[in-house]
Amino acid sequence: MSNNSDSAVGHAHHFTDMDQQREASTLGMWTFLVTEIMFFGGLFVAYALYRSMYPEAFAEASLRLNLLLGAINTGVLICSSLTMVLAVRDAQSGKVKGLVRYLIATIVLGSAFLVIKAFEYSHKIHEHLIPGSSFQFAGPFGQQAEMFFSLYFMMTGLHAIHMIIGIGVLSVLLYQAKRGRFTAEYYSPIDVAGLYWHFVDVVWIYLFPLLYLVSRH
Amino acid sequence: MADETSKHNSQKQAEGVGVGTHAHVHHEEHHHEVSFIRKYVFSTDHKVIGIQYGITSLLFLFFGFTLMMVMRWQLAYPGEPIPWIGLLLGADRAPDGIMLPEFYNQLGAMHGTIMVFLGVVPLAVGAFGNYVMPLQIGAIDMAFPKLNMMSYWVYFMGGVTMLVSFFLPGGAANSGWTSYAPLAVIATTGQTVWLIGMIFLITSSLLGSVNFIVTIIQLRTHGLTFMRLPFFVWAQFVTSFLLLLAFPPLEAAGILQLMDRVAGTSFFMPSGLVVSGIALPYTGGGSPLLWQHLFWFLAHPEVYVLILPAMGIVAEIIANNTRKPLWGYKSMVYAAIFLGFMSFVVWAHHMFMTGMGTTISAFFQTTTMIISIPSIIILTAFFLSLWGGSIRFTTPMLFALAFLPMFGIGGLTGLPLGLAPPDIHLHDTYYVIGHFHYVVAPGTLMALFAGIYYWYPKVTGRMMNDMLGKLHFWGSFIFLNGVFMPMFIQGLAGVSRRLYDGGEQYAHAQSVLQWNEVMSVSAWLLGLAQIPFIINFFLSAKNGKKVGDNPWDATTLDMAATTSPPLAHGNFERVPEVHRPPYEYSVPGAERDFIPQHERTA
Repeated sequence: MSNNSDSAVGHAHHFTDMDQQREASTLGMWTFLVTEIMFFGGLFVAYALYRSMYPEAFAEASLRLNLLLGAINTGVLICSSLTMVLAVRDAQSGKVKGLVRYLIATIVLGSAFLVIKAFEYSHKIHEHLIPGSSFQFAGPFGQQAEMFFSLYFMMTGLHAIHMIIGIGVLSVLLYQAKRGRFTAEYYSPIDVAGLYWHFVDVVWIYLFPLLYLVSRH
Repeated sequence: MADETSKHNSQKQAEGVGVGTHAHVHHEEHHHEVSFIRKYVFSTDHKVIGIQYGITSLLFLFFGFTLMMVMRWQLAYPGEPIPWIGLLLGADRAPDGIMLPEFYNQLGAMHGTIMVFLGVVPLAVGAFGNYVMPLQIGAIDMAFPKLNMMSYWVYFMGGVTMLVSFFLPGGAANSGWTSYAPLAVIATTGQTVWLIGMIFLITSSLLGSVNFIVTIIQLRTHGLTFMRLPFFVWAQFVTSFLLLLAFPPLEAAGILQLMDRVAGTSFFMPSGLVVSGIALPYTGGGSPLLWQHLFWFLAHPEVYVLILPAMGIVAEIIANNTRKPLWGYKSMVYAAIFLGFMSFVVWAHHMFMTGMGTTISAFFQTTTMIISIPSIIILTAFFLSLWGGSIRFTTPMLFALAFLPMFGIGGLTGLPLGLAPPDIHLHDTYYVIGHFHYVVAPGTLMALFAGIYYWYPKVTGRMMNDMLGKLHFWGSFIFLNGVFMPMFIQGLAGVSRRLYDGGEQYAHAQSVLQWNEVMSVSAWLLGLAQIPFIINFFLSAKNGKKVGDNPWDATTLDMAATTSPPLAHGNFERVPEVHRPPYEYSVPGAERDFIPQHERTA
């Protein structure tokens, strides 16, 4: 990723040619995503363990999540993946205008996701569902529901941090795209940022059913 | 669409390709005037970063060893004031110079953390990998130079964080380098800082391993196929995958433990815990065993992260000093890859005592027995490589030869620990300490010293002094064994690790207590034995004998195709092409007893 900034046209000096540079960037991003899969993998292991230990508590606690907002957010993210793909396509064919337009759309959708997420979080705070001494959950599974909400905040929170980083990266790329930095020959930053963006979306695609749809009939 | 764009590019290249392989020549002109800071501090050159890693990690190794030398006083003479530095430690660590148990625990936890995460791994991977690997594959830099610089500075931040934690109220982390919950979650603030430090170190390792993998896949020079890679590069390649896959789950676990400490979650905290008569507020019903699983899922592959680069270094030095090709190069490569895979399915052999049940224990002891096979293949290949060689007993070769039996002892003593029944007796005793120290101290550290003596002339253009080197070798070799061999005796007698008084209060330890003094004196003499190395390291940079471009008559590109030291920009005068396997020594009919990889004709 970082090697690309040496110059807008022409490859960085330690690569033989543009193809090698692009392949290296893509491979680097995929390798990085492997670490991300393992990272979220650790969290999913924790989720699997506690859900198998406390299935009833998890089912009951998940009813307290807002299914509608979660579903809207899923839609928002899927749309943002679409606009990201369109941005990459326009970058490949050198259409700077389209690239800029789709990058803006992706950033807006990503931000919308975070705003909706913030509303969800603030509801949970009002309902005393933040783990810790102020946690309140009526019923026989009150204590174990705290574990569900710990995992909920942990997993969606780390996902949201990934979204914020993604929006930051896309904003830098938007600035560079406006200044004509990318051409049909040189667009791999858009390409690898796209890979990252899709990965973050895919994580949500797993989080949504696991957290919102547990044992919902 | 991809085809279309690649056509675009090949047209583009036609104009630019003249620069192609000789791009560094141009590059040099652009970069003649770089500021001191860019050149030596925030450098993106893999060689400078390698040296930065090397010096920082050697300092941390020395610091981690010093912690142990202080601990060994308490173990040999429990309750007696520590001479010289005792009064400097302060009343909250050692009132009247007598070490407090809490301070002993801090030293123990930080010794392990510093040696593994700030010493050995950054030296083996960050320093040797960064400096040597691109040279050996004929690359003029790493694939992502800025990422490389970042990974060093993130490591540096992690190191500073760990050091600062000593000065917190309550001191540094004191729950062992394994940081088992629930103990670590209720420990003093040092543990929070430890977790933050670990997140830095893990991030650094991940950035590094992404860079290594892409570099080895993408930037090998023309003709350097995978089966022509020097074994050192293979070792670094497998190591990078281990770091890449094993570290992220620990990063996740570290964040969860951090939340348990600061945000009131209970990921690793069982409900209803009462400590010193006080009920703790953790109510989520967490499992402390989850931490152990996530920790050892990292920490067992980490063992191979510690040992594989060492094997890579030993491979280079043995081939070079026996003047023979490595015996069984291919089987060594396959063994290393198999070792990498297997290292992910053995972690729970650290947890036989947690009541996992016999079925899971049976699974993990079987995989543990299987993983010993590739290690034995590699070790056997090394021994067979010596057979019939006309061995040059240079200083690096002495260290490399010592690695073989030392790693052998470390590996063989691990077998009883890998089987559940004997592990019940040996678990958490000094036997375990002896076992893994034989692997990483007389094993890996010997190999790392071998590497320093071997590549020093390449890095500085000057030889290290041979007499001082041999003094360093014999002192280290004898006293390392003096420190670690008695641990097996104590451990078999049942003396537990992490005892603040070395077992003085236990009846079953009385018959082996006298070994504590032997081990401690050996440790201090081991410290003295490092003085010739320190003198040698600094004086040789100025006064060492100047060397030619290929100081050891080696075949690999790092030695044979570069000047000593390699060019600051671009490494090579002309990027070499590779025409042969890595270790063409003593080829019948050849003029010299070695043919470098980049030589076209014999």
